Amino acid sequence: MGIEYYVGIDIGSTCAKTVVMGAEEKTLHRLLRPTGWSSVETASSIQEELESLGISADRSIVVSTGYGRAAVPFAAKNITEITCHARGACHIHGTEDLTVIDIGGQDTKLIAVERGQVTDFLMNDKCSAGTGRFLEVMANTLSVTPEQLCELARTGGGTSISSMCTVFAESEVIGLIGKGEKRENIAFAVVDSIVKKVASQAGRLKLDQKVCLTGGLCEFDYLRDRLSHSLRCEVSSSPEGRYAGATGAALYARDLYMKQKRMNG
Amino acid sequence: MADYRKMWEDLGMDMENHDNLCQVLPTAVGDVFLSQENRPNAMDFWDLVISEVHGIRPAELIEAQKEGRKVFGTFCVYVPDEVVIAANGIVTGLCGGSQFWVPDGEKVLPKSTCPLVKASVGARLGRTCPFFRIADMYVGETTCDGKKKAYEILGEDVPMYIMDVPQMKREKDILKWKDEIAEFAKKVEEFTGNAITPEKLAESIHIINEKRKALARVYECRKSKCLPISGRDALLMTQISFFDDPVRCAQMCNRLADELEERIKNGVSVVSADTKRILITGTPLAVPNWKLHNIIETSGGAVVCEEMCTGTRYFENLVDETKTTLDEQFMALSERYMKTNCACFTPNTGRIDDILRLAKEYQVDGVIDCSLKFCCLYDTEKYAVSRALKDAGIPVLSLETDYEDADAGQLRTRIGAFIEMLS
Repeated sequence: MGIEYYVGIDIGSTCAKTVVMGAEEKTLHRLLRPTGWSSVETASSIQEELESLGISADRSIVVSTGYGRAAVPFAAKNITEITCHARGACHIHGTEDLTVIDIGGQDTKLIAVERGQVTDFLMNDKCSAGTGRFLEVMANTLSVTPEQLCELARTGGGTSISSMCTVFAESEVIGLIGKGEKRENIAFAVVDSIVKKVASQAGRLKLDQKVCLTGGLCEFDYLRDRLSHSLRCEVSSSPEGRYAGATGAALYARDLYMKQKRMNG
Repeated sequence: MADYRKMWEDLGMDMENHDNLCQVLPTAVGDVFLSQENRPNAMDFWDLVISEVHGIRPAELIEAQKEGRKVFGTFCVYVPDEVVIAANGIVTGLCGGSQFWVPDGEKVLPKSTCPLVKASVGARLGRTCPFFRIADMYVGETTCDGKKKAYEILGEDVPMYIMDVPQMKREKDILKWKDEIAEFAKKVEEFTGNAITPEKLAESIHIINEKRKALARVYECRKSKCLPISGRDALLMTQISFFDDPVRCAQMCNRLADELEERIKNGVSVVSADTKRILITGTPLAVPNWKLHNIIETSGGAVVCEEMCTGTRYFENLVDETKTTLDEQFMALSERYMKTNCACFTPNTGRIDDILRLAKEYQVDGVIDCSLKFCCLYDTEKYAVSRALKDAGIPVLSLETDYEDADAGQLRTRIGAFIEMLS
């Protein structure tokens, strides 16, 4: 039996994303699940889910990516999320020249792509400033979801958070709550802090081409608007943006299969 | 393994804590070095030395001390070994390269001090490194603020001599460094009780030049597209050369170079042809810091050169051997040492030239510019380094790390992505 499915699995710090592609780079399935505490267990539940969808191991080829990429024993290859995000974002946005801003759970990545090749990239330091985790922690403190926080922020203003460190920033938010600051104003400050952090990183990369936002926060319109404003350029996104890494991995799985086929004559 | 416990006890070491260090080292050596395939046979010497790193060489130093010789501990490639050796003294490197020593250093130093300085102070004050116990005198220098202040603390515990390294490279700075060397020579004569004559100094200049040439021969082999030695093995050789007897060091490096030259002739490489060739530049990698090399070489790359103090800065440029008076010899020494391009100088464009030259000579695919955390000097130079490399069309990745393993995953992603980018 031949290979029919090209599977990309992106095990991030928060969510595990899977994309199944068929012939002609057509996306057949997109699967999402929380990563949980064990990447290995997550990988095996993904495998079961794939089986239940009729995507058997002997008819598929898998490439894994994301911080848990080494924990996918059934992957033919693992490729870093930088390379996969770049490839996936180009595919989703239909261009070969692109700057990708990926705000993930624990990493924020900025990737410059020219003619489909990664030419430069930056990642945040060890700390979680400007990442999805930062937003999540602050939303928790304000008893809202990250999505609600971004919508609240739209109507707020006039205050700011100075701490970059999530732990200190949380104390700062609690301080603001104690002072009776309005929730939307605090929400504004949280989004503002993320945008500033990302924008200061982006200052080191070229932004004179199409810029897109990927990762779990890409559908938060307000965040994207603020980012566009701060970077002084249009930041686009797509509902598939969250799956950019998995999409790239699936495309690499297809490349891998084509290469194997060629080598086997 | 020989039993060195008695020796360590006599050195006043903290035996209980030192045992903890002795337990982790063999695993690290096994993982990083012994797991490699097709290593040069001549690495057996360094494998032996590293397996008993706190035993073999310290025992030799103690024997020499019994004969009345003095041991000088140094922290920088600017301190001229030649002067010490001319007075029948012995030089040993003292830089700490393990997280193990950092907590003891943090007891007296600010957390925001570079890990090399913290580990060096911790190794002395925590009494967990025989080299730091054996050295009769420490020779420091003014190459960074962290070290300058740390030497004040170390000076309360051990005889300390500081050499004032110039911060610029004008003619008067080279003269100033010559005077510093002459003054150091007086101190060494006084401390050892041995006179430094032009003949003795000529001899030691020759010895150290021969050591430099031997190290350079090994590095020369790394320029070959047929890579006969891994970056990890070459780094171990360089690291140990700071501790070894210089004559034996030259012999061993030449023996290794013989084998590597033979390998190149026979087309024996330690990596596959698609492995990406990496030049590392930045702050030194003191033993046993093998973190970066290990990650690169298990991510599809091979380190072919280090533009570092534990690398080309250690052996490039020779001292003129034709001088016959002390005054001329001190000047010749100053001229050679002042060619070393350390980030403590301003401006330091010579380092950029070195990096561009080495990238070409070693036929590299990319450069990884890595500095130790809180090293303001090398960290700031990253901007100029990466701009120059980008202008030359050479891909560069800038990193910052310390001795902890906490960022190994992130480093692996960055380095992995960089190597994928080169493909």
